[in-house]
Amino acid sequence: MRIEDHPIIKFKRGKPVSFTFEGRQIEAFEGETIAAALHAAGVRVLSHSHNLKRPRGFFCAIGNCSSCLMKVNGAYNVRICVEPVNEGDRVEMQEGRGDIIAQA
Amino acid sequence: MLKPEIAIVGGGPAGLSAALSAVRQGAEVMLLDRDPSLGGQLVKQTHMFFGSKKEYAAIRGIDIPGKLISALEDEGKGRFKPLLNTAVLGYYDDGVILADKEEEAMLIKPQKIVIATGAAEKMLPFPGNDLPGVYGAGAVQTLMNVYGIKPGNRVLMVGAGNIGLIVSYQLRQAGVEVAAIIEGASRIGGYLVHATKVRRAGIPILTSHTIKEAYGKQKVEGALICNLDENWCAIPGSDKDMKVDVICLAVGLTPQTELLWQAGCQQKYLPELGGYVPLRNEKMQTSLSSVYVAGDVACIEEAGSAMVEGKIAGLFAAADLGYDEKVEERFLAYSQELEELRAGPTGAKIREGLARLNGGV
Ligand SMILES: Cc1cc2nc3c(=O)[nH]c(=O)nc-3n(C[C@H](O)[C@H](O)[C@H](O)COP(=O)(O)OP(=O)(O)OC[C@H]3O[C@@H](n4cnc5c(N)ncnc54)[C@H](O)[C@@H]3O)c2cc1C
Ligand code: FES
Repeated sequence: MRIEDHPIIKFKRGKPVSFTFEGRQIEAFEGETIAAALHAAGVRVLSHSHNLKRPRGFFCAIGNCSSCLMKVNGAYNVRICVEPVNEGDRVEMQEGRGDIIAQA
Repeated sequence: MLKPEIAIVGGGPAGLSAALSAVRQGAEVMLLDRDPSLGGQLVKQTHMFFGSKKEYAAIRGIDIPGKLISALEDEGKGRFKPLLNTAVLGYYDDGVILADKEEEAMLIKPQKIVIATGAAEKMLPFPGNDLPGVYGAGAVQTLMNVYGIKPGNRVLMVGAGNIGLIVSYQLRQAGVEVAAIIEGASRIGGYLVHATKVRRAGIPILTSHTIKEAYGKQKVEGALICNLDENWCAIPGSDKDMKVDVICLAVGLTPQTELLWQAGCQQKYLPELGGYVPLRNEKMQTSLSSVYVAGDVACIEEAGSAMVEGKIAGLFAAADLGYDEKVEERFLAYSQELEELRAGPTGAKIREGLARLNGGV
């Protein structure tokens, strides 16, 4: 899903990094957000609604709406649409509202 | 506690212009933005700008922030302090603002504050609007223009205002198919130049159409659209099934006024201006004398007017602190610029809204 040829924009991608989503390894580029990297890898469902368990993805991608909360390296409720991806990040679907205190 | 002369919240075109204007007057400015880079909405706008020459028409949106930032670094040496990754969370009665910079709390007590926090996208109610694949236009632009990632393969665009038109065109440039642009109103809201470009690219624009439902198991697999009559009621039997994997909502913006509510600034609901907007005088000063506003947070408009409002807010925030060189002269020039930008038929809605804002009713 990455755009290689664009008539106007030259995309400067950072150095390759890899992280895991639900244990699965995903390749990304430094400078991308976790949401962008997951989207590029074809991941659309990021969590499920609390009561009806309906699938949820991101919506605004600019940190405004809380549609994209996930568990990152043990910390709950991370807005992954504004969270830069780092080498070795552990990204998981969050069930429920999550704990405020991060677990290691 | 940090005590800058002027704090500006938001580093989009409005906030950057406010900073430049205040720094030119001689004031010391701290500019706070929650993003990792300055520029606000402009960082994803790859199209040539419409608007006034003075405010960078015919330059691509993405190229504007760089010009403002280098002017700021140049002219504001030692007096311009940008703080990135810094989200302003609260405004307290004693004029203290609370910010979060990379998980560290910061307290700041400026003498004057300019709020230029921009706008948030509106949502549209329909069954299935919570499925992954229903995105705001800003999200689609961020993915494709900032990160170079296709949002999907086939998009249904909802809304034929300037944003819907421009983003559709940009999708085509990125190699994504746009199945159609649908618009509830009976006419296209955006400028003719953009609509023509889109049509020439082969994208149909369906007016008097709305979305009834998005469907799909785990993510969007399609949408049902239908025709509307002149009372905006669905015409029975007019349903059409569109196989798309992305539904992009471009149905308007609303000012991000949370900090203004917290500060206790008086606001008024004016749909022409985008929702609740702060009352302010011609200096862009709100009902709290130390709080100024500029840009989309004050009225959903364009980058050009956001920049001029920023210049006015920055000018008076500085002048109130005694940096009042050539205030009258500069103010006159900026007000004329604003008037020119809002002249003509496209500015009619804004002019009406502003008249109601100031004139009671
Ligand atoms: C698709 C699209 C196309 C457009 N095309 C054009 C065009 O061709 N010509 C034109 O003139 N205009 C155009 N516009 C409109 C223009 O982009 C906006 O009017 C303009 O960006 C508004 O500027 P602003 O500075 O008020 O807000 P923004 O650009 O939204 O900037 C607000 C800034 O505030 C920051 N912020 C918000 N809240 C906080 C907080 N609590 N703490 C810290 N920082 C915060 C944000 O991160 C952001 O950087 C377009 C808009 C869109 C979406
Ligand atoms: S998608 Fe809206 S906050 Fe992340």
